[in-house]
Amino acid sequence: MDWFILQLLNGLDKGSAYALIALGLTLIFGTLGVVNFAHGALFMIGAFCAVTLSRILTLSHQVVDETKTDFLGNPLKVDVPYVYDIFGESMGASIIDWAVPLSILFAIPVMIGIGVIMERGLIKHFYKRPHADQILVTFGLAIVLQEIIKYYFGANPIPTPAPEAFTGSFDFGALLGFDPGSIIYPYWRIIYFIFAAIIIGGVFAFLQFTTFGMVVRAGMADRETVGLLGINIDRRFTIMFGLAAAVAGLAGVMYTPINSPNYHMGMDFLVLSFVVVVVGGMGSLPGAVLAGFLLGILESFASMREVIEILPGINQVIIYLVAIIILLTRPRGLMGRKGVMED
Amino acid sequence: MLGLEKKDATLLLIVFGLTMLAPFLLNPFPEGSAMAQFNAGYPDLMQRFVIFGIFAIGFNILFGLTGYLSFGHAAFLGIGSYAAMWMFKLFGMNVIPALALSVVMSGLFAVLIGYVSLRRSGIYFSILTLAFAMMSYALAYSVLATDMDGPDRQGLLQKGLTGGETGLQLTLQDPRILGQKAAEDGNLPVPNIFGLEMRSSAELELGNWVFTFSAGYYFSAVVMLIAFYLSIRIFRSPFGMMLRAIKSNQQRLNYTGLNPKPYTLAAFVISGMYAGLAGGLMASMDPLAGPERMFWTASGEVVLMTILGGAGTLIGPVLGAGAIKYMENILSKINSDILHGWFAFLPDGLEDFVVAIIYPFIGKGWHLTLGLIFMAVVIFLPGGLVEAGQRVARMFRGKKAEDDSKSASTEPAE
Repeated sequence: MDWFILQLLNGLDKGSAYALIALGLTLIFGTLGVVNFAHGALFMIGAFCAVTLSRILTLSHQVVDETKTDFLGNPLKVDVPYVYDIFGESMGASIIDWAVPLSILFAIPVMIGIGVIMERGLIKHFYKRPHADQILVTFGLAIVLQEIIKYYFGANPIPTPAPEAFTGSFDFGALLGFDPGSIIYPYWRIIYFIFAAIIIGGVFAFLQFTTFGMVVRAGMADRETVGLLGINIDRRFTIMFGLAAAVAGLAGVMYTPINSPNYHMGMDFLVLSFVVVVVGGMGSLPGAVLAGFLLGILESFASMREVIEILPGINQVIIYLVAIIILLTRPRGLMGRKGVMED
Repeated sequence: MLGLEKKDATLLLIVFGLTMLAPFLLNPFPEGSAMAQFNAGYPDLMQRFVIFGIFAIGFNILFGLTGYLSFGHAAFLGIGSYAAMWMFKLFGMNVIPALALSVVMSGLFAVLIGYVSLRRSGIYFSILTLAFAMMSYALAYSVLATDMDGPDRQGLLQKGLTGGETGLQLTLQDPRILGQKAAEDGNLPVPNIFGLEMRSSAELELGNWVFTFSAGYYFSAVVMLIAFYLSIRIFRSPFGMMLRAIKSNQQRLNYTGLNPKPYTLAAFVISGMYAGLAGGLMASMDPLAGPERMFWTASGEVVLMTILGGAGTLIGPVLGAGAIKYMENILSKINSDILHGWFAFLPDGLEDFVVAIIYPFIGKGWHLTLGLIFMAVVIFLPGGLVEAGQRVARMFRGKKAEDDSKSASTEPAE
């Protein structure tokens, strides 16, 4: 039983990332009808928001430290971050320590801004063009964004640790009455899962319980009628694009302690997220979330040593295999609406 | 000529002339001059031009004619490479049987993958092909690299069927039942065509210019010309018309009582075989096959080439392949020192400024330029470089040329 819970938990953090990216992809597809190949790049930019903020916070100036001397007897210069000067030393240190969670506040406006600029500047011109063109232009955009990040941050992964308080692991085994140490799970992954759940819940609540969300849902169902009622649906859809970008960005911000960000992380996730969206059903928000978690967990179970011994390599192909089977047997995916992109 | 219309025959002749004279044309700058770094006339790069040209021509038969956007074509490139390597290992170093096996194997896989993927269209087709390619990659990378027979057969089966991460290489223990096991000097034998080694080359010095004529390049070029000729015939055939009909309106085709499936599958298989041929040629030029050839970035690359050159046009994909490979190999070599050298005539501050502006777009950042050009092409020039050429030509010739643009040979993609 303990191995089952362990694999379940292991699947959750990857599943959370898949679900968040797939949710954003589906929001964009459901509202604007655009297949956004640059969505992975948004995830990556989110991760680099965290890197940027932690670099800004650690910006420092040199101060002569009277108490220390180097080996020649000269007074030693030490780097003091500006944050220390503003907030004092202990407060400053903890601000730097909490750089990743703080990046959420930093990333939201940045990502919404990038999303809105992307939609107004580029994607708007592609609504009437075939899906293939949308895929191609966003694919090109993804390359451009990726290369810009590569130019400024270099090609190597940049470690961005979680706050000190969350670096340890939680012993689920002891909690659930198994042997202590049998199920050990890092705190940050628990945080990531909770965070993903909050974001997903927030997006659904926003769509379900606000007037804005109601209009957007109406627009998803029948854009023309909503437009004829005198509602500026285009503007709302633009905002939804910004929101979807923010969801992807936040998924990236919080993922940085799990996996050091590098410039191609977005593409790695994007390929799988598309598969997730298709499995969940194109245009279905609950489908995207469900499929994200399901595939994440499935992947985790397929990576168990016992499974790999029977079916070598299954962990690497399982998601694609499931996608192929679903696409061939149930074209509209797990929860897709009838008639939406079924051919 | 050869069953072609006059216009297509001229195009083929031009391409023939250009490929045959490529060692001269691509080496316009004398050796040792400041511009010599722009010379692309060395065998390695020229081979890549034509090999990726074949790959893109094949991709264009599928995407350009039927409109099905495959994001997993590199799978066939990899399969072709592995097939050719196994032919080298088991039978001998002659490239003809190796290429034959590459084409056959990739064709078989294309039947399989195509049959399944083509049951869906649009974005689903793209994702299905992507999924199959990534599966092939994962299998080649790990599963097929586990040695089933233990270490005693290590010489032949270095690591399973694909060699895993390091890829498939020649070894001296390979059986090579029809050819020699090792070269006379005891080294690994080299791929050849009836004795003419692929890497052999002749040099011609004319003043300051050095031209290299490589056997490998000319062999690939001939294969490319044949592939190009076949693609012209396909474009002009009733079968090609059928594929275009699928692209413009599949529903209408259904209503007229025609089943489009066999036609799309045939196009998919043909284009897969082209990719396999390109993969086999890659292995023939440099006997090595690795799983990264199947990675989805390689599939993306051929998409870029075809769109950049002009999807649905005859010559476009070859131009696109040439442009991208040129950028990859030449543009990426320019570093900041060279840039400073170019702009040395400017005042110091201005020089640094200009270099700082240009630098992100070249050298290691050449992908950025590629992405920007690609986006510009998709947005403004759906017909790619070919359409750009036509527009320029039209500007010069005035309105008279408008009928020309309607001719089928250079019809831009929709």
